[in-house]
Amino acid sequence: MAKIKVATTSLAGCFGCHMSFLDLDERLVTLAEVAEFDRSPITDIEHCGPCDIGLIEGGVCNSENVHVLREFRKNCKILVAVGACAINGGLPAMRNHIALEDCLLEAYRDGIGVENAQIPSDPELPLLLDKVRPIHEVVKVDYFLPGCPPSADVFWSFLTALLEGRQPALPYELVHYD
Amino acid sequence: MTGTIDIDGQSIPFEDGQTIIEAATAAGVYIPHLCHRPGYTPHGSCKLCTVKVNGRNCSACTFPATDGQTVINNSDELEQDRRRITQMLFVEGNHMCPSCEKSGNCQLQGVAYHLNMLDNHYPHFYPRREMDASHPDILIDHNRCIFCNLCVRASKEKDGKNVFGIAGRGINKRLIVNSPSGQLKDSNMSIEDCAAHICPTGAILIKRTGYQVPIGQRIYDQKHISEVALAQENAHGQD
Repeated sequence: MAKIKVATTSLAGCFGCHMSFLDLDERLVTLAEVAEFDRSPITDIEHCGPCDIGLIEGGVCNSENVHVLREFRKNCKILVAVGACAINGGLPAMRNHIALEDCLLEAYRDGIGVENAQIPSDPELPLLLDKVRPIHEVVKVDYFLPGCPPSADVFWSFLTALLEGRQPALPYELVHYD
Repeated sequence: MTGTIDIDGQSIPFEDGQTIIEAATAAGVYIPHLCHRPGYTPHGSCKLCTVKVNGRNCSACTFPATDGQTVINNSDELEQDRRRITQMLFVEGNHMCPSCEKSGNCQLQGVAYHLNMLDNHYPHFYPRREMDASHPDILIDHNRCIFCNLCVRASKEKDGKNVFGIAGRGINKRLIVNSPSGQLKDSNMSIEDCAAHICPTGAILIKRTGYQVPIGQRIYDQKHISEVALAQENAHGQD
C-alpha cells in the first residue's frame, strides 16, 4: 500500500508545535512505516505536492503566509489547524491591538538598542497584514488540534484515528488551550 | 408548591421557588452555565444553561421549576447551540489562554473543554480593550470580560458596595467602574470583596498570586467542570 503523504509548515508560529510533534519520539518510527513527509521543515522540500494530510502551525501574519496556506489547501485532502496560533492567532495576534505602523516604528526605529534605524522595505520581504488572523478565516479547515502546543499524544490520537479510518475525536484529557 | 420535573428522563424533585438549574444541581445534574451562581440574583445572560422546557428554549437559571415539566438538557442540538454560544464568547473578546494567568482555573475555558470545543468557528473581533492595573491589589483585564454581571451583583448584593456596572449595548457593551476617574484605584473596592474573587474568567485577577499553581495542575486540568460545579454549588447550599 502506498504511504500516506503528510506535509507540515509553520506560518506565524514559533515551531513549538513542530517540536511537540517530534515528542512522538519512537512513535515516529511507527508513523514512518505508513506515512512519508512532503513539504515540511523535516524534509526541507520547498513546495507542497498532492498530499493526504497538511498540518499547519501558526496564524497568518503576512502575504507569504497566505500563499503558503493556499498552496497547502490546494494540495492537501485534509487540512489541520495545529495549535493556538493557527486556531485563534495566538500570541502573535496580541499585536492586533496596536496599529501596524506603531509596531514597525517600535521594532525598527524607536525601540531600545535599535541601531541604523530604518523600517525594512526590501521588495523580497513579504508585506505584513494589518492583523494576525487564524487560518480558518483564510481557507477551509477540516480539523483543529488545540494546545500551546498540542501534546504529542494529541498528534498521535489524531493521526492514528485518521490512518485507521476512524473519525478523529479528542477525549477531555487531551483538550487544552494552554 | 413542591413536585417533580423530568430532566432527560430522570425524575427530579424541587422545592417551592427553585429554578430548574437549582433543582437540577441539588439532584446532581449538571447544566452548563457561566453567569449563574447560587445565592446571587439570576441574570440569564450567558444563555449556556438553555434547556428545552416542554419543547421551548428557556434559561434554566431563571425559569421556575413547576410540577410535571419535561426538560431536555442533553441533546445534540443543545450541545451544538452551547458550543456556538461559547465560541461567540471567545471571538468577541481577546481570550488568549496561553498568556492568561487564569488558564486551567477559568470557567469559560472549563465549559469549552466540557463541550469539546476545538476551534472558535467564527471570525475574531480582536476588539481593542484596556487594562486597569491602577488598584494596588486587583487587576482588571477588559479583554477577558464576558459581561456575566457576576462582579456587578457581588459588589451590590454581597459587598454592600456598588463598584461595577455594565454600560453600553451590543458591541459597545463594557464593564465600568463606579469612581470619579473610572479607575479601580479610586473606587472603594478591596481585596476582601466577593467581587474581587467571583470572575469566571481572567478579567478580574488578584495581584501577586499568579502562577502559584503551575499550568497543567489546575482545576480543569484535573476535573470536568460538571464535577467541580456540582460539588461547589451543593456545598454552598449547605452553608
